[in-house]
Amino acid sequence: MNGTETHTLVATVADHPGVLTRVASLFRRRGFNIASLAVGHSEEPGYSRMTIAVEGSAEEVKQCEKQLYKLVEVVSVRNLTGAPAVSRELAMIKVRVKATERPGLAEITDIFRGEIVDVSKTSMIVQMTGAQSKIDRFLDVITEYPIEEISRTGVIAIARDDVGPRNGRARG
Amino acid sequence: MSATNGQSTNGSTAAPGTPRTGGEVVCDAMLAAGVDVIFGMPGGASLPFYDSLYHYQDRIRHVLIRHEQAAGFAANGYARATGKVGVATSTSGPGATNMVTCMANDIMDSVGVVYITGQVARPAIGSDAFQEADVTGISIPITKHSYLVMDVDDLPRVMSEAFHLASTGRPGPVHVDIPKDVFLETTTETAPDQVNLRGYRPSKVGNARMVRKAAEVINASERPIIMAGHGIDISGAAEELLQLATRGSIPVVSTLHGVGTFPETHPLSFGMLGMHGLAYANFSMRQTDCIIGLGTRFDDRAVGKEDEFGPGAKVVHIDIDPAEIGKVLETDVPIVGDLKLTLQKLLPLIESRDRTPWLDQMNGWRRDHPSLKIPDSPDSVLPQEVVRAIYDISGGEARVIADVGQNQMWASQHFWYERPRMFFSAGGLGPMGYALPAAMGVKLADESQDVWCVTGDGGLLINIQEFNTLAAEGINVKVAVLNNAHLGMIRQWQEFFYEGRYMGAFLDNPDFAKVAQAFGLHGVGTSSRDEMKDAIAMAHEYDGPVVLDLHVDRVENVYPMIVPGTGVNSVIEDPR
Repeated sequence: MNGTETHTLVATVADHPGVLTRVASLFRRRGFNIASLAVGHSEEPGYSRMTIAVEGSAEEVKQCEKQLYKLVEVVSVRNLTGAPAVSRELAMIKVRVKATERPGLAEITDIFRGEIVDVSKTSMIVQMTGAQSKIDRFLDVITEYPIEEISRTGVIAIARDDVGPRNGRARG
Repeated sequence: MSATNGQSTNGSTAAPGTPRTGGEVVCDAMLAAGVDVIFGMPGGASLPFYDSLYHYQDRIRHVLIRHEQAAGFAANGYARATGKVGVATSTSGPGATNMVTCMANDIMDSVGVVYITGQVARPAIGSDAFQEADVTGISIPITKHSYLVMDVDDLPRVMSEAFHLASTGRPGPVHVDIPKDVFLETTTETAPDQVNLRGYRPSKVGNARMVRKAAEVINASERPIIMAGHGIDISGAAEELLQLATRGSIPVVSTLHGVGTFPETHPLSFGMLGMHGLAYANFSMRQTDCIIGLGTRFDDRAVGKEDEFGPGAKVVHIDIDPAEIGKVLETDVPIVGDLKLTLQKLLPLIESRDRTPWLDQMNGWRRDHPSLKIPDSPDSVLPQEVVRAIYDISGGEARVIADVGQNQMWASQHFWYERPRMFFSAGGLGPMGYALPAAMGVKLADESQDVWCVTGDGGLLINIQEFNTLAAEGINVKVAVLNNAHLGMIRQWQEFFYEGRYMGAFLDNPDFAKVAQAFGLHGVGTSSRDEMKDAIAMAHEYDGPVVLDLHVDRVENVYPMIVPGTGVNSVIEDPR
């Protein structure tokens, strides 16, 4: 696919049963690839905010935005890719470490400004927050440690002040 | 149906505060939407709704169909013929799943139908109860919107939203799934005066700057062509289309659903384009320098190979659905808006221009590639002749409902439709079995109109049980079966593309005239040309439903044909 990249879409959706099914069904039936999807309450009661990382060319993602906007329960859609925005992901990584290896992992975690949130006799859980690329880089760096489990939230994003997400895309 | 964001329906005719059952709420909402005929079959979960319908019989006619799929197709026909919303209803589980094909058909063809399905009572949902199916789960990808109503107090609002969504913007099917006990409970709630859906604001007039740009592009073009789609009909913009074409001397081709939106005997009409479109319509698309797409989604059957479709042409695309713009063709002037309102803004900006050289060129193709000549056939009646005979006897004034396949193409080609809502067919999904039930809906939409169902033998069998509905309800539809004892389009493709390896194409049919008679209908069968014409004349005069089993040439092909995946350069024309 020409010019495939990951785009970050932020959608405000009505907090109704089945709205996640509708969004997921749309992506599946139209062949759009979801890299990650995170959903939670928004600032407004009755509405949730979804951050969807979608892979595709600019044209495909444009079509994806339009189709998403057609869902009755989707109030606004905004593509934050390339826009002034802050995006973050949280990952928890359970690493198998012997007692002697703990300081080494703790040091790397510290450099990445992560946190050790749990320690057992055989493992440590690292909590890492930041841009997706930072988490990916951290995982690259700790390849010498056997990773037992990774749980990632998927990216969430919010536009910087000059382009509030509630303004939405110009409605079509 | 109105494509404008029209007045929403307040679903209540009852005084505020009067308790109503869920079933009564649904009936009141149908009345408020102007629906006077609905199609359905009852079942356990929808019995309370039928008990409400019992009390509304004087205002709402319920047509008992013999298979729920027929309910959906009939509602589709009713909606398309009236411009109102159609209603189809079934019980839970199997009744509802039988209407799935209809929903998929409506969403493809932008037809506003509200589906009312019963659901098992709320406490039983999720327990694998008798006749339980997750129907709203199934209908999500094939409806414009859907509801599972878990509280009767929500029902008045939901019903008015359902009719609003089905009929406004780009129309489409809306599914309302109602548990049995919700039909029974009472509410004092009424629908809000205005539907308020924050995520649903269909456009009205297109952007003024883009409309000016469209006029500039059109005025500057030497060889423009209008591609008229279903949106012209939905928006009620046929008059504006006619003005646009005549003012700018711009020729018009139509999509399958655009047939009739521009008078087909008008000198500027160049017929239907596409895979089985007229050769000259398709040649024009190769040479045009400006495609004006009006209410069309540039469907693959119409466009064919994209890079042979108006290569180098500027594209002006007006549609109410922003997602259709740029989906298939790169668009120079995208305009999102209601066609009628937008064309009204565009028209004064269109310059009257002489485009004689272009029209001469197109008429040259029309002369050299006539496309619609019916060859001599001494030994058999050709199916095209049947369509012509219906055209002749009705003076072109019949409403024609075609099924899917060869019959559909012949019915679109050999009849000249002068107005919208004269030709009906299932274009996008292409479900065989559409024509007979849809014709019932078209007939009941306006019984003063002559209605002909033109179907193949294969498609007829898919919903032939509706002969019973025709007879029982006295629905005056004339059924012309183009009986070639084959799935004709399958046979044609196997001839053309599979070296004649016919597999699953032959149909060992019953005697359809006798079948019709057994259902209590007037049935006539013939294979002679004279008898065919007499039978059509008889059916035209006969006061009641008639089935004509017309044995036509078994191996006649549809021409012209553009081989799938190729462009107009490789069009196959009739070799005779």
